[in-house]
Amino acid sequence: MAHAQEHTSHTKLIWKVFGILSLITIVEVILGIIKPDSLHLTHILGTSILNIIFLLLTLLKAYYITWFFMHMADEKKNLRRAVVWTAFFLIAYLSTLLLLEGSYIHDVLGPLTKWNY
Amino acid sequence: MEATIATNTNDNNWGGGNQKPLGASYGKMMMWFFILSDALTFSGFLGAYGLMRFKFIDSWPIADEVFTHFPFLHDVHAPMYYVALMTFILIFSSVTMVLAVDAGHQMNKAKVTFYMFLTIIGGAIFLGSQAWEWKNFIHGSYGAIKLNDGKIIQFVDAEGHQVTLESFAKEIPSERTQHIKSKGVWFVEEAALPAITVNEVIEGFKEHPELTIRTEQLNTELKKKTIIPRDKAMDYLNESNKVVMGANLKENEYGKTLFADFFFFITGFHGFHVLSGVVINIIIFFNVIIGTYERRGHYEMVEKVGLYWHFVDLVWVFVFTFFYLV
Repeated sequence: MAHAQEHTSHTKLIWKVFGILSLITIVEVILGIIKPDSLHLTHILGTSILNIIFLLLTLLKAYYITWFFMHMADEKKNLRRAVVWTAFFLIAYLSTLLLLEGSYIHDVLGPLTKWNY
Repeated sequence: MEATIATNTNDNNWGGGNQKPLGASYGKMMMWFFILSDALTFSGFLGAYGLMRFKFIDSWPIADEVFTHFPFLHDVHAPMYYVALMTFILIFSSVTMVLAVDAGHQMNKAKVTFYMFLTIIGGAIFLGSQAWEWKNFIHGSYGAIKLNDGKIIQFVDAEGHQVTLESFAKEIPSERTQHIKSKGVWFVEEAALPAITVNEVIEGFKEHPELTIRTEQLNTELKKKTIIPRDKAMDYLNESNKVVMGANLKENEYGKTLFADFFFFITGFHGFHVLSGVVINIIIFFNVIIGTYERRGHYEMVEKVGLYWHFVDLVWVFVFTFFYLV
C-alpha cells in the first residue's frame, strides 16, 4: 500500500460488490414485505427463522462493506484482527447478555401486565 | 543529574523504529480505532433497544404498520419501500466514495473531484429522506386513544384494517377555546387543543357499528395485534385518557413510547453522523479542488474520510435490520 502509483484500478470489483450488496438488500426487502408464515411464525433461539436470516444477511453485508469498501482485506492481519475481533467479541458478549436479561424481565413482568378491563 | 535522552538505537518494530507494525499510517490506524469505538457506541444503543424489545416482546409495535409512507403515493400502504430506497441511496454514495478513493490511488484529480461531489449529493439526499421519514412518524397516520394506564388503543374496521380517527369521530360543537396569555389570566396558558376530543371519538365509535378496537398486545402465534370484540370495546374506552396523534418522545400512537424514543435517538444519532460525514466530505472536496493532495503526492486523506463514510453506511445496514426488518 505504500506506493500509490503502483495501484491498479479496482473499479470492476467495486461494481461487483455493489451488485452483491444490492441483491442482498432486495432479498431482505422482499422477505420483509412477504414475511412467509413458514419462516415468520417459527420459534428458534428466542426469535424466528426469518429474523435469523435477516441477521445473517446483515452480517454478510457488513462483511462486504468492511472488506471491500473499507479495504480491510488489504490491511495487515494485525490491524484487521485488532479491529474486527475486538468489535465482534465485545458486541456478541454485550448483546447476548442484554437479550437474555430482556427475556428474563419479560418472563417476570409480562404476567403482571393487565390486558383486560 | 544526568538527563536521559531517548535515541533511536533500535530499529525494531517495537523499539521505536520507523517501521509501522500495523502497516498503516498513524492517521489511518487511528481512524480505524475511532471507528471501532464508535461501532461499540452504536452497539450499546442497539443493544439497549434489544433489551427493551425483549422486555416488551408481546406488545412491541410492528414496523410494517408504522413506516408505510412513500412520496407522492397517498393512502397507499407501502411498507419498507421507502426505507429500502434510503438504503440504496446510502449504499450508492458508498460506491461513489470508494470510486473516489480508487481514483485517488491513480492520482486522477478530476475523477476524485467528480466522485467526491456525487458522494456529497448522495449524503444530502439521504439526510433529506430521513427528515421526511421523521415528519411522517411525528405526524402519524391513524391516531389512537391513550388509556389512563398509558396503553394505546387503535381503531379497526370489520376486516381488521386500521381506520383514522377523522373518518368516524362525531363532530360535537364546543365553546371551549385554547387558553392563551392574552385572554384571561396573563401568566397562565395551555397547549393547543387537540383537533379531536376523546368524547368525539367515543360518540363516533358508538355510531359506527362496523368498528372495533385493538390493543398493543401481540398474538404470539400469529404475530398480529389482538382485536377486541366490539361488545367488550366500551370497557376499554371508558378508561380513555386522551387522543394521541403521531409520535414524539412522550407518546406514540403506534404503541410503546419506548419505540419512538429509540427510533428518534438512534436514527437521530446516525443522522448526525451522516451530517458530520457530509461536512467533512465537503472540506476534503475543496481540498481536492485546490490541489492540496496533488501537491502532497498522495490522496490518503480521501481514503480516511472514505473509511468514516463507509462506517456510516455500515451502521445504517444494522439500523435498517433492527428497526425495519426484525
